[in-house]
Amino acid sequence: MNAPVQMRKPKETGVPDNKKYLHPLLLKNYGNWKYHDRPRPGVLHHVSHSGDEVWSVRAGTQRQMDVYTIRKLCDIADKFAEGRVRFTIRSNIEYIVSDESKVAPLIAELEKSGFPVGGTGNSVTMIAHTQGWLHCDIPGTDASGVVKALMDELYDEFRREEMPNRVHLSTSCCEINCGGQADLAIIVQHTKPPVINHDLVANVCERPTVVARCPVAAIRPAMVNGKPSLEIDEAKCMCCGACYPPCPPMQINDPENSKLAIWVGGKNSNARGKPTFMKMVASGLPNNAPRWPEVGAVVKNILHVYKEDARPWERMADWIDRIGWPSFFEKTGLPFTKYLIDDWRGSRANLNSSTHIRF
Amino acid sequence: MAKKMHDTPNLDQLESGPWPSFVTGLKELAKNKDHVVDLLGQLEESYKTRKGYWKGGTVGVFGYGGGVIPRFTELKNEDGTPKFKDAAEFHTLRVMPPPGMHYDTDTLRQFCDIWEKHGSGLIAFHGQSGDIMFQGATTENVQKAFDEFNEMGFDLGGAGPAVRTSMSCVGAARCEQSCYDEAKAHRAVLNTFLDDIHRPSLPYKFKFKFSGCPNDCMNSVQRADMAVIGTWRDNIRTDEALAKKWFAKHGMDELVNDVVARCPTKAFQLKEIGKVKSGDRISSVAVNDTHAVEIDNRDCVRCMHCINVMTGALAAGTDKGATVLVGGKSHLKIGGLLGTVILPFIKLDTDEDVEKLVDFAQRTIDFFAENALEHERTGEMIERIGLANFLEAMEIDADPAMVNSPRMNPYVRTDGWDDEVAKINAKKNAA
Ligand code: HEM
Ligand code: SF4
Ligand code: SF4
Ligand code: SF4
Ligand code: SF4
Repeated sequence: MNAPVQMRKPKETGVPDNKKYLHPLLLKNYGNWKYHDRPRPGVLHHVSHSGDEVWSVRAGTQRQMDVYTIRKLCDIADKFAEGRVRFTIRSNIEYIVSDESKVAPLIAELEKSGFPVGGTGNSVTMIAHTQGWLHCDIPGTDASGVVKALMDELYDEFRREEMPNRVHLSTSCCEINCGGQADLAIIVQHTKPPVINHDLVANVCERPTVVARCPVAAIRPAMVNGKPSLEIDEAKCMCCGACYPPCPPMQINDPENSKLAIWVGGKNSNARGKPTFMKMVASGLPNNAPRWPEVGAVVKNILHVYKEDARPWERMADWIDRIGWPSFFEKTGLPFTKYLIDDWRGSRANLNSSTHIRF
Repeated sequence: MAKKMHDTPNLDQLESGPWPSFVTGLKELAKNKDHVVDLLGQLEESYKTRKGYWKGGTVGVFGYGGGVIPRFTELKNEDGTPKFKDAAEFHTLRVMPPPGMHYDTDTLRQFCDIWEKHGSGLIAFHGQSGDIMFQGATTENVQKAFDEFNEMGFDLGGAGPAVRTSMSCVGAARCEQSCYDEAKAHRAVLNTFLDDIHRPSLPYKFKFKFSGCPNDCMNSVQRADMAVIGTWRDNIRTDEALAKKWFAKHGMDELVNDVVARCPTKAFQLKEIGKVKSGDRISSVAVNDTHAVEIDNRDCVRCMHCINVMTGALAAGTDKGATVLVGGKSHLKIGGLLGTVILPFIKLDTDEDVEKLVDFAQRTIDFFAENALEHERTGEMIERIGLANFLEAMEIDADPAMVNSPRMNPYVRTDGWDDEVAKINAKKNAA
């Protein structure tokens, strides 16, 4: 027998102070910034009331990074940016420099090292994404791979600022939607009820919890083959997969029948209109690893139509507000199927109760 | 040197193309780590079969009940042994980031060294909840890695029915739109709930997010149970030199079509200079010798649009603070909910101001802990009991800023009406 190990007690330090990590000029001008402009895509130029100026250079990363990549990014920070970096909510890295003459060489070094500079202003910035096959226990598809495939296609739009307004994308590998709301989101949409392994349910699942989890009350306890299990009213089930995390024997993922859906028009900002949730506009796309070309084609088409048709400062949601949904479907060529008519609670608010129709 | 790589024809296709490739990064790690060789093997299998192969379990660190996401392989041979034995355990440590996600390179290098030693070497900056995600430790190494991160001054984030890791925007550190010290509020609130972060025992998860202005760069309104969004009460500030500079560059068409026409409440007007109103709620600034912008601040809903377009020429006021919204969440189980205004305005300038926010957060969590059903988010709880009941419990007065419109149906019992009016009048008279 080993001697009992003395376990180390955690130091419950919580969220660390960020002051020591701030670039010196950010610390000096904390709370005292006056305005900013964008000298070129990928660069923000901030001016303080004190007269100090900083240039922030933004670059895309793969988010899921190996230590060698992180060390490479650190070397660049040590060389140009006083050893400081920050990350944006979309996993872009930012270098802050206090000397304008360092901007061009920093950009050159980043691009030479394979990190595209961009993601600012009216660009298509990096896709907020999640875990997928790499690390989640319930994924219908991958996350990082979908993002890599799409960002390869959107590479130029990341490095330019040619969209009507900023474009935020997200992907989610199940209907829980950890990737979150976005101007355009790609989310798994299951099309068949879970397939239950009745041999395992009794041992693995807390049955009342699973019954309570279903949004449409489609699950009920049942004896199957002499064992306590669960059964699903398949006429009620809308295949959301909510029962799968608490009960893995209720397998929702299916290589063929778990499809991908496209959603548009989520906007978190209060600018112009109030914040909005996104709406489903396409579904039934195949989960076609490793590069998901069918999804890429629909995404690129929507972004292309938006780019051509929207006016300056219109986010996806603002644009659709102006042109209306019939035009959206006409211009994108996407079929408007009956499945896109909302029938969930509160859905009447999503129906047109007026004669406001554009012809 | 690690063992021989598995064939990964699917993943190999994610190495071409201009965007940085996580597969290339994994392969670099796999040169020295059997752990990652087998991770690639399992991931390739997922790409082939379109199935996931991880299951959860219980792995943690001493003293905490959460913060580690256990992953055990489910990809087994006929005899029950793992197909990729060196990746049989691949746990994640969720570590809370500093506000605004700023780092120095010493810290990042130290993270790398620790994770190279005890883990796979794969790190995500960051998870959607904000954590630094150190992915890929064996059960044995989780504690070792945590001990070293913890000694550096970093702590685990939340998982399960707990207060979760939070995020705040870059804000005051580098953004002129910032209306409060996001980092200070973020730390003051989160560090009050360390017990609820580390020892999950709430009905369900609870997320805070901190955005410095209504642009809400943290997406807090859509996904935080409590969203703290900066705003201001007084007039939009103006700067004539920058306004003229903006106009000289952009011209009349852009001013009219991109700013005037896009103000949601038509508070923003373009006037001949002689016709500009004066008054203590009017902001105005000349854009050239003949024309000026006029903003009636009583009608402005602080949407940020004009300020975003004409940054510097226009700026948020000086009587700054935040609006607090409660109940945002994603689809599960009743459908997505945006947060609802509960505190239309609070100051956050002083320590005492921030203490009031902490107190409100504490009372909200206490109420949530006592009243939410299992697996019910705060927004769902409020929907179930009604906002008025929530306000009453929190001792907050009803305010028209909390609604889009008053009730549209008569289905409410109003025999307490006179008492309510009397209470409101008594408060008014006392003030
Ligand atoms: C087995 C169950 C779950 C796992 C393993 C899981 C895992 C995760 C992970 C890893 C993230 C961060 C994603 C990333 O950035 O890579 C995340 C975020 C998130 N999760 Fe989950 N999750 C689970 C269940 C749920 C459930 C049941 C819900 C909803 C009710 C949910 C809603 C979310 C949301 C909305 C986010 C984004 C949070 C934010 O933007 O702040 N997740 N989850
Ligand atoms: S979206 Fe679903 S599958 Fe993807 S990481 Fe989140 S919980 Fe897992
Ligand atoms: S998939 Fe969704 S709707 Fe169907 S049984 Fe499971 S929880 Fe209910
Ligand atoms: S939320 Fe507002 S203050 Fe914060 S970074 Fe975004 S624009 Fe700046
Ligand atoms: S900030 Fe106010 S004045 Fe400016 S566009 Fe928005 S509502 Fe109009």
